[in-house]
Amino acid sequence: MEYVIEMLNIRKEFGGFVANDNITLQLKKGEIHALLGENGAGKSTLMNVLFGLYQPEQGEIRVKGKPVHISNPNIANDLGIGMVHQHFMLVDKFTVTENIILGKEITSGGQINLKKAEKEVRDISERYGLAVDPQARISDITVGMQQRVEILKTLYRGAEILIFDEPTAVLTPQEIKELIQIMKTLIKEGKSIILITHKLKEIMEVADRCTVIRKGKGIGTVNVSETNPNELASLMVGREVDFKTEKIQASPKHDVLDIKDLIVKDSRGVSAVRGLNLTVRAGEIVGIAGIDGNGQSEFIEAITGLRKAEKGSIKLNGKELFGLPSRKITEAGIGHIPQDRHKHGLVLNYPIGENMVLQTYYKKPFSKTGILNFKEIYNKARTLIKEFDVRTPSEYTLARALSGGNQQKAIIGREVDRNPDLLIAAQPTRGLDVGAIEFIHKRLIEQRDNGKAVLLVSFELDEIMNVSDRIAVIYEGQIVAVVNPKETSEQELGLLMAGSNRKEAGEGTHV
Amino acid sequence: MSKRLINLLTPIFAVLLGIILGTIIMLVSGYNPVDAFIALGQGAFGDVYQTGEVVRQVTPYILAGLAVAFAFRVGLFNIGVEGQFIVGWLAAVWVGVTFELPTIIHIPLAILAAMLAGGLWAFIPGLLKARFRVHEVIVTIMMNYIALHVVNYIVNTKMNQGSSKTGKIHETASLRSEWLSNLTTGSSIHWGIIIAIICCFIMWFLLEKTTRGFELRAVGFNQDAAHYAGMSVNKNIILSMVISGCFAGIAGAMEGLGTFGYMAVQGGFTGVGFNGIAVALLGGNTAIGVFFAALLFGILKIGALSMPLAGVPKELVDIIIALIVFFVAASYMIRIVLERFSKKGVK
Repeated sequence: MEYVIEMLNIRKEFGGFVANDNITLQLKKGEIHALLGENGAGKSTLMNVLFGLYQPEQGEIRVKGKPVHISNPNIANDLGIGMVHQHFMLVDKFTVTENIILGKEITSGGQINLKKAEKEVRDISERYGLAVDPQARISDITVGMQQRVEILKTLYRGAEILIFDEPTAVLTPQEIKELIQIMKTLIKEGKSIILITHKLKEIMEVADRCTVIRKGKGIGTVNVSETNPNELASLMVGREVDFKTEKIQASPKHDVLDIKDLIVKDSRGVSAVRGLNLTVRAGEIVGIAGIDGNGQSEFIEAITGLRKAEKGSIKLNGKELFGLPSRKITEAGIGHIPQDRHKHGLVLNYPIGENMVLQTYYKKPFSKTGILNFKEIYNKARTLIKEFDVRTPSEYTLARALSGGNQQKAIIGREVDRNPDLLIAAQPTRGLDVGAIEFIHKRLIEQRDNGKAVLLVSFELDEIMNVSDRIAVIYEGQIVAVVNPKETSEQELGLLMAGSNRKEAGEGTHV
Repeated sequence: MSKRLINLLTPIFAVLLGIILGTIIMLVSGYNPVDAFIALGQGAFGDVYQTGEVVRQVTPYILAGLAVAFAFRVGLFNIGVEGQFIVGWLAAVWVGVTFELPTIIHIPLAILAAMLAGGLWAFIPGLLKARFRVHEVIVTIMMNYIALHVVNYIVNTKMNQGSSKTGKIHETASLRSEWLSNLTTGSSIHWGIIIAIICCFIMWFLLEKTTRGFELRAVGFNQDAAHYAGMSVNKNIILSMVISGCFAGIAGAMEGLGTFGYMAVQGGFTGVGFNGIAVALLGGNTAIGVFFAALLFGILKIGALSMPLAGVPKELVDIIIALIVFFVAASYMIRIVLERFSKKGVK
């Protein structure tokens, strides 16, 4: 079988740091080849080498057997290599067609020939079963559709080899299924795919072979049909990994959080949370399952005081929190691991040590008569860094310089350490690797076992099913069902999340 | 090369590049750059008189630079330092003229009045920004014009003691000192430089060491995270504008109580506030950086006065200053060159 792409013994250094050390990846024609590795293992670096963004120090790249020198992304494009980026590169105000032809416009007499372009886009879309409307505006279509536009873009430019960078991170379970279908169609039409991911389930489902890299080193390539998720995980992490988070039966006690008829508007002034009711008890983890954009963010921001709620009641241990500023809410006993750690969770330009007291800096002993006591602050930081295994060169390193997983551990350390009655974790493991996810889940369960209430919001159904004691499904700003994770299935949850009512969705009991 | 070193080298390179390019411009336009720079050096350090003048010029530059830098650290662009400076000047002179008090009370009272006036002038754009998200750049620019014309009106109609000037401030409010003046053979140097240096220290301490400074800087870096941490973003925005305005007001007091001892009707903006923007930029918005940048600007401005003696127009110094500002603003370029250079050094 011929290889369409061969990356042989690639080595890439940054300063003294070796990002890729002797990595080999060979892509067969017509296969889906997964590239698996933890965050910071060097997946992106390797792909950037292939895409011409970095030049390797050693090694050779061959396309269809011929050695090539890819010095910039244009050359990669000419060689038929296309990248579907994780963060879409689309102009919101443009239509699908306008985005696709951007930089490759078909012109006649100095004018863009949109008709012709639209026809071409429609043809490609039909050929690969993408079902994209060429005239739709990007801002009007779903995230899943936007991703298809990205795929179309590479196809339009004649890509034979498509690189998908963590494509499922932003998709709903149904959209993931559709994407997998699309990938299979692409293969049938003779394309080859490199799939960057750290989700083992997807690899098992869709990939033919899988190359694993760990800490910059190539570990090897395996046939997916001859392996299993456990083996892949231990190859990736370098040790055995537990998938099922071990936990004892929850023993919930009194109500800690009690939300009644909550209404919250989003930034555009439209109601995103529409009369939501929910209780979370001490000693249990309640998971909120739902498709992104059903009011989860607004709901969390309203409870934590980051956003003004319109109406309703938010009670913590019987005390009304509605309308209080975020500091009062924090002091009332809520810890918050925010969804966007760069936006809310950290001041990236502060040392990681000072980020550790972001919620407590004004209290003794960190501050006395208005003057900060840096000795105490950094003592605290050192303790937390050690306890929560935050890997950082020092406590004086800027938070910006830490990897996502370590930033998240730092935030969790800070929030858990305050020992709040209610811990809100919004997408606490987004973008993290297996090892970090395991750690974070353990910490959440530990909080629960200490008799605290935990509210978990996640778009990952696995995570919700694994960690929660009760699952509340959110749809269009309301909790439409509360189910027991042991008595439900991904299928049922998926349907509930998509707005079907319980009877259609299946059995499942109210808890 | 460490990041710190690069941060330090960038402005130094900007200054060197500005001077080199200024030299080329002199050559091209037929002036002798050697003569020009000798004249400039003579004009700034030739004798103690000139040095005294430099110190006098540096004083308001430091304070105006601090004003811009302070707001900038909290993420605000205070273009209104000029206006806050003018109202501060008037307020200081008004206290100096109106009251008769012992020095120990009179000077602090006059400076306090200048702070209040400058602070109030900056409070308005701060409030508008915090409450209604009106951009501070637009409001502060408008406030500059309001300050200029209102102050001119007051000087002209309410405090005019002839030839469109206020009366002289009382001796008890003056920062001038016979001793300093004699030491520098009659220059207009005054004690204000001490106040400016103290203000440098205050800014550093306030931002780096206090709880409030922690909040202010956090708001400057990331308003969302500051909000998440329970800080009041709006309160900190207003506060930073007010403190910035206070520094600007003190800068005005330096002119009113030190350099001039009165206030005259201004034909246009004094330029001190706008130079403050350049000083803050060159000084990297830190207290110590502002001090050195102001020193450089003071030397260039005073030294330039002697350049016509060498047959070189003093406006050339303005060109050099503009070039320095340009290179600081384009520091990205210098940074890249430095980083390349340091990488080669490693290999």
